[in-house]
Amino acid sequence: MWRDALLVAGKDLRIEVRSRVATNQVAPFALLVLVLFAFALDPDRGVLTRAAAGLFWVAVLLSALLAVQRAQTVESAEGTGDALRLSGLDPAGIFLGKAGAVVVQLLALELLLGVGVVVLYGVDPSGWATLAATAVAATMGLAAAGTLYGALAAGSRVRETLLPLLLLPAVAPVLIAATRASEAALGTGGLDVASGDWLALLSVFAVVYVAFGVVAFGPLMEEQ
Amino acid sequence: MTTETSTSDIAEKDRSTGDPSGPGPIGPTSGGPLTLSLGLAAMVALGATLVLGLTLPATVEQGDYSRLIAIHPGVAWASYIAFGMTALASVLWLWPRTRSGHWDRVAGASAEIGVVFTALTLATGSIWGRATWGVWWVWDARLTLSALMLALYLGYLALRRVPASPDVRARRSAVTALLAVTVVPLNHFAVTWWRTLHQGRSMAQIDPGNDLDGAFIGAMLLGLLAMTLVYAWLLAQRVRVARLEDEAEEATLAQAIVERRREAAVV
Repeated sequence: MWRDALLVAGKDLRIEVRSRVATNQVAPFALLVLVLFAFALDPDRGVLTRAAAGLFWVAVLLSALLAVQRAQTVESAEGTGDALRLSGLDPAGIFLGKAGAVVVQLLALELLLGVGVVVLYGVDPSGWATLAATAVAATMGLAAAGTLYGALAAGSRVRETLLPLLLLPAVAPVLIAATRASEAALGTGGLDVASGDWLALLSVFAVVYVAFGVVAFGPLMEEQ
Repeated sequence: MTTETSTSDIAEKDRSTGDPSGPGPIGPTSGGPLTLSLGLAAMVALGATLVLGLTLPATVEQGDYSRLIAIHPGVAWASYIAFGMTALASVLWLWPRTRSGHWDRVAGASAEIGVVFTALTLATGSIWGRATWGVWWVWDARLTLSALMLALYLGYLALRRVPASPDVRARRSAVTALLAVTVVPLNHFAVTWWRTLHQGRSMAQIDPGNDLDGAFIGAMLLGLLAMTLVYAWLLAQRVRVARLEDEAEEATLAQAIVERRREAAVV
């Protein structure tokens, strides 16, 4: 299973490196979202600094949608999905591999967005260890849920509109927990909340979705 | 839930002629006596809830709006049952031994009704909140989770509408339903875990010396019963309509095949 996961993840990442869609389209889009938030919320009033954690995670969520859709598009062209199904790879491995590739892309994107938030919103990145742990846990949950719902919506003609409707409510807990944990780390939260509980929630979410994906991905792949 | 025993004339005629080229047999097109009695019971219980709810005394703090206790917990409860039923039917579909199109239809029908009840919960809650809290909406854990639940099941219903073969659609829907149902217990216990603005679980508060008065508890319990009956009746009707839709589709297809064959025979 793990060997298959590495193979699939390597394949997806190689495609991204060669096609440069992630670097030329998804990353600029994410930065554009940050800039749009600054246009919408008056940058001089300190609103951006206080809301930075939430805005950061909304930008990540929107970019995650693109990344997941991209991971599905790769498998829909020229029967590559069928080839993957016939390859004899373990479906659980395929799921972990595709989710893993999304995790790598999103973590790189979060690093970029993090720099963007520090530079554009004037946030002081103290507590970076908590921030990093939050980012890893949240990204694993996002990628697992995204890959699972991506497979559910795959193959339908309306998948571009269906995926956000399915995925965004499902990952709303990630947005809430990641924002609270980041706020606690940055010291911008209104309440005196410890980030530990929220980190635990993020980990549980990630574990549940990874486990569910490992079990359910096989049957979902067979059908298409 | 399919309690129909009567058979329609059309179906009878098709079976009696035994014409293999005719459309397949169509099941009963109207509800049976059990569905009817369920509907009558639901109507009586609803009427009683209405009467009891309207005759409740107006409380000092909440005035007339306290009477919403006869409706609001009931519709919330019905939405939980509906989503629980969707999850149960999805498991029964996924389980190879009990797999049948029936459970897929039950899951879809129950989710539709659950969405209606969730929307009603949010609406009645908002009306009460405007009167008591002074705002239509607060970002409280239970309200947020209820809204999330509505969004999740709207997505589920959208997924069900995506054209696909019945098996594919049923499998996708079942997996999604099992993912979505996790929010239901979370929502139910949210008021206990997060100490929210929304008051605690009403059922856990029934004990002597509590400020929840006897008449209010009675109205609430009657509301729960009434909404459960309404849910069961709606489910029976919706599942029957879904089955008729499926059968009509099959019959149309069979008819079209027969016609094409006849054309081929003429040529």
